[in-house]
Amino acid sequence: MTQGKELQDQYGQKQTLGKVLRYIRKYLVLVIFSLILAVVTVASTLYLPVLTGDAVDLMVGKGNVDFSGVWVLGRKMIIVLAVTGISQWLMNICNNHITYRVVQDIRRDVMERLQILPLKYLDSHPSGDIVSRVIADVDQFADGLLLGFTQAFTGAMMILGTLFFMLGINVWITLVVVLITPLSFFVASFIARRTYAMFQLQSRTRGEQTAFLEEMVENQRVVQAYGHEKEALEKFDEMNRRLEKYSLRATFFSSTTNPATRFVNNLVYAGVGLTGAFFALRGHLTVGMLSAFLNYANQYTKPFNEISGVVTELQNAIACAARVFALMETEPQIPDKEDAARLQNVQGNVELKRVAFSYVPDRKLITDFTLSVKPGQRVAIVGPTGCGKTTVINLLMRFYDVDQGVIAVDGRDIRDITRESLRGNIGMVLQETWLKEGTVRENITMGRPDASEEEMIAAAKASHAHSFIRRLPHGYDTVIKEDGDNLSQGQKQLLCIARVMLCQPPMLILDEATSSIDTRTERKIQEAFSELMRGRTSFIVAHRLSTIKNADIILVMKDGNIIEQGNHRQLLEQKGFYYTLYNSQFA
Amino acid sequence: MGIRMKKLLIYLKDYKKECILGPLFKLLEAGFDLIVPLVMAMIIDRGIAAGNTPFIWQMGLVLLLLAVIGLTCSITAQYFAAKAAVGFAAKLRHGVFAHIETLSFREMDEIGASTLLTRLTSDINQVQAGTNMALRLFLRSPFIVLGAGILAFTIDVKMALVFVVVIPLLALVIFGIMLVTMPMYKKVQSFLDQLLGTTRQNLSGVRVIRAFNKEASQIARFGEENDRLTRMQLFVGKISALLNPVTYIMINGALVALIWTGAVRIHLGDLSQGQIIALINYMSQVLIELVKLANTIILTTKCVACGNRIQSLLEVEGSIKQESGEKPTGSRDFADRRGDGEGAEVEFQDVSLTYQEGGEPALEHICFTAARGQIIGVIGGTGAGKSSLVHLIPRFYDATEGSVKINGRDVKSLAVDELRQRIGIVMQRAVLFQGTIRENMRWGKGDATEEEILQALELAQASEFVFQKEEGLDYQIEQGGRNLSGGQRQRLTIARALVRRPEILILDDSASALDFATDARLRKALQNLPYRPTVFIVSQRTSSIQHADQILVLDDGELVGIGTHQELLKRCQVYQEIYGSQYKEEEE
Repeated sequence: MTQGKELQDQYGQKQTLGKVLRYIRKYLVLVIFSLILAVVTVASTLYLPVLTGDAVDLMVGKGNVDFSGVWVLGRKMIIVLAVTGISQWLMNICNNHITYRVVQDIRRDVMERLQILPLKYLDSHPSGDIVSRVIADVDQFADGLLLGFTQAFTGAMMILGTLFFMLGINVWITLVVVLITPLSFFVASFIARRTYAMFQLQSRTRGEQTAFLEEMVENQRVVQAYGHEKEALEKFDEMNRRLEKYSLRATFFSSTTNPATRFVNNLVYAGVGLTGAFFALRGHLTVGMLSAFLNYANQYTKPFNEISGVVTELQNAIACAARVFALMETEPQIPDKEDAARLQNVQGNVELKRVAFSYVPDRKLITDFTLSVKPGQRVAIVGPTGCGKTTVINLLMRFYDVDQGVIAVDGRDIRDITRESLRGNIGMVLQETWLKEGTVRENITMGRPDASEEEMIAAAKASHAHSFIRRLPHGYDTVIKEDGDNLSQGQKQLLCIARVMLCQPPMLILDEATSSIDTRTERKIQEAFSELMRGRTSFIVAHRLSTIKNADIILVMKDGNIIEQGNHRQLLEQKGFYYTLYNSQFA
Repeated sequence: MGIRMKKLLIYLKDYKKECILGPLFKLLEAGFDLIVPLVMAMIIDRGIAAGNTPFIWQMGLVLLLLAVIGLTCSITAQYFAAKAAVGFAAKLRHGVFAHIETLSFREMDEIGASTLLTRLTSDINQVQAGTNMALRLFLRSPFIVLGAGILAFTIDVKMALVFVVVIPLLALVIFGIMLVTMPMYKKVQSFLDQLLGTTRQNLSGVRVIRAFNKEASQIARFGEENDRLTRMQLFVGKISALLNPVTYIMINGALVALIWTGAVRIHLGDLSQGQIIALINYMSQVLIELVKLANTIILTTKCVACGNRIQSLLEVEGSIKQESGEKPTGSRDFADRRGDGEGAEVEFQDVSLTYQEGGEPALEHICFTAARGQIIGVIGGTGAGKSSLVHLIPRFYDATEGSVKINGRDVKSLAVDELRQRIGIVMQRAVLFQGTIRENMRWGKGDATEEEILQALELAQASEFVFQKEEGLDYQIEQGGRNLSGGQRQRLTIARALVRRPEILILDDSASALDFATDARLRKALQNLPYRPTVFIVSQRTSSIQHADQILVLDDGELVGIGTHQELLKRCQVYQEIYGSQYKEEEE
């Protein structure tokens, strides 16, 4: 957690902006097109006041109006505004494309990054926070970027164009405009700088609250069972109050930008009106020109306002983007070596040599762990709860890398082979069942999408899932909801087993997998597993005596270390820890 | 436009003052804005035309003054608007969260956690942004549009007719586009929700996904949904992008009309140059404000869509209702007996439970009585209804038929919080919360003493590993208990239930992650509790319930056997099968 925060703080706005630009570069053609359209839009927009001013000058007073001139100008105006309208529309579409495509790219990249982040990171960061980065932050960023494109873009163009047109009419009045306007810019950027920190604070508090909400809402059943609603609400309210405070600050201060810049606007307007009036008095300026100027004064300052408004919006967007990039740039797991081999024709020889590992550097867990498993052997891992049995799985599957020592399959260090081929050769059933959203069929064939219907049904039958699946509303096509809430724990487990059954991997890891299935089914599964385990190297985190007794090697673990190793009979004869464990069950 | 946010607006109630003052100050500012073109017209007609320099200076000063007043007004308005919007959102968040806590399991099954989370987070954020914008601009923009129209009338009635024609036309176009895009934005939001769901799933299943090398297919799936979202966004964007150009063309078309009619009016001497400039100025003000209004409407539309979704969540009522009139507090049937430790009597009278209307019943005609202090074993196959049965006791669900009675009182007549306070339940999935072990233990009993916690940990076989940790009870549990093993979590959840010395203790298959030795010790400890709650043990294994006073054997939602281990072995075929499979296995 702290690591991520630090990273995020270190993140300069400019750096973030640079990264955003790198994403935009891919759409350079669209950007150029959008730029051209912006020029057209701005030019035609600015031409209109000139035409209007000319028209006004053609109608000096009673009986002194040049109707044919006005007629010509009027027609010109209609053409100009049609051009403006069309190019503006096309430009908007371009901008939409750029924004949403960029956002799509960013989301895709985040998702790809998520797949290679080390489990160490994912295990230690609230998933709510990560989800909020991928969804909410990116969404906010999109809003900001779109606004940036549609307004900052044309805004800059507008400023240049207006300057050009104004200089063509009167240098001195232009000077007045140019001198006053930057004020608005300074004010805006001053406010923006101040609000950036506030937005970050708001964003962070929001993340904290989201993480809390996720915990509470997902486990609402426990919250209710323990009548903890009030306490939860109190804690929530505390966060809510903080969020309200920061939010109010961020919202209010950022929203002062508009009035402040509008004020500068009005100053410019007054300035132009006054100087223009004096020039007109001396006959250096026609009334029509003055009207065009007033119009320009508005148009010249408007982009300044908008840019500054956009800048505050962008502050928020960049704060969000920074959080997204921080996630994206989290150190990924060590990639497979370039010359990493694919594990093929696996015999199932597994060796652990002097392995040391701990989750937290200063809390030793596994120290000096050595084990040699021959092909087809069954290894039962037993020991008191929390002795590090699941850690062995994390290491065998290479979810985590060992700190010291070597784990080897068929004599090859697993760090020298691709993760994909390693994991593809190990079938895993975890204690916590996880099914993906999709049909039962999709879940069973997850490991082998190309399996035939017969193979899938055979696997389901072998894991005794077929009969309950058939009774589901749509059989194999029943859609499993998120978190598999429409299946019982046992049913989920059966599906997880069927999933592995279909793959027929040469090695197996079974983590207390059969614990939630009733004994009748469990027995059948046990038989199926025995079948599956025949000739396959298997690691079983075991609780069941039959499994343990039938194992070739029993690892008795305590405090992260193997303290005893041998088969059932040998261990009983040792009269050690295993002996005590065994007797506590049956004495 | 389908605004049904009545329940939401209640939360705005406390900000009446801000809701009135914010727009009011905005209107004031708008009023001053409207005066500016008039002043300019005066400068042209009376200052320039007459060569009156002091008058021009005076008017210049007036312009400056208007600017200062405008600034003050609008900053004040921004403050009130921000305060109301942010406060409203905070209150709403509180309200929605509090509401979610009143929902029963049935509703939560239906709605799902991810939907609830979206409502609480991004939806409310949208509502906040929309409210803030609406308070600032919703009144201001129409006011300026109308004001400009009215002022145009004061200048010249015939010229003002152009305004009369254009403004409604513009409104028509703007609202037309709004109406078309609104349902599309709803779709965009629902696509975003799906993306959220996929991301969450990806994180929760990360181990399985990696074990099956499914990273690529996850990315592909996410990519598909991402693409669908983007395409929808682009489609809506295309239509929304029409808004500005179309309004621009209309307004400037009106400008051309102004100039044409203006030419005639000036020729006749009914209009001055300054006045036509003022009119042109008003026209461009109308444009600016209408564009703002359009943007406001877009944001408000999103806000209303989110608001409606929040509203429908608030409309979902918790199905577990307390029957009125009966106050269980202090009633002798379920008297406060904290400490003396005698359990309660639990009776099921012909209980049936159906989760979904028209669905298969999960439980059918269950009848039994658990006497005070008895240990009741519940056994049966997967999906036999074991969990459903025990979930009826704390009223996680209400029986569809029949009644569940505690000490002779129907649970439906008991206050839910009172009822649950007397029950300790340990669920299948061992859930712990971020916080210290001590804090987690106090979920069971808010004012639990150190001693009570220690005793509960001891009984649940958890004290050994807790005190192996350097911080002991102050050990910080991470979200979801990730830094503990499954078995450790389970023992802590058992301890949490024991801390409250419940009258009814329910263990819903809650020893599944324990190794056999710990499981055996735990069972022994439960048999020798220093007090005598009525205990329900749901299990897959006969060994866990062998010593129970009564064993309920469930099969497909029906009670197929009831009695002690010995009795059931003699009479109950299902039990024999279960026991047989396990017995043989242990002899192997």
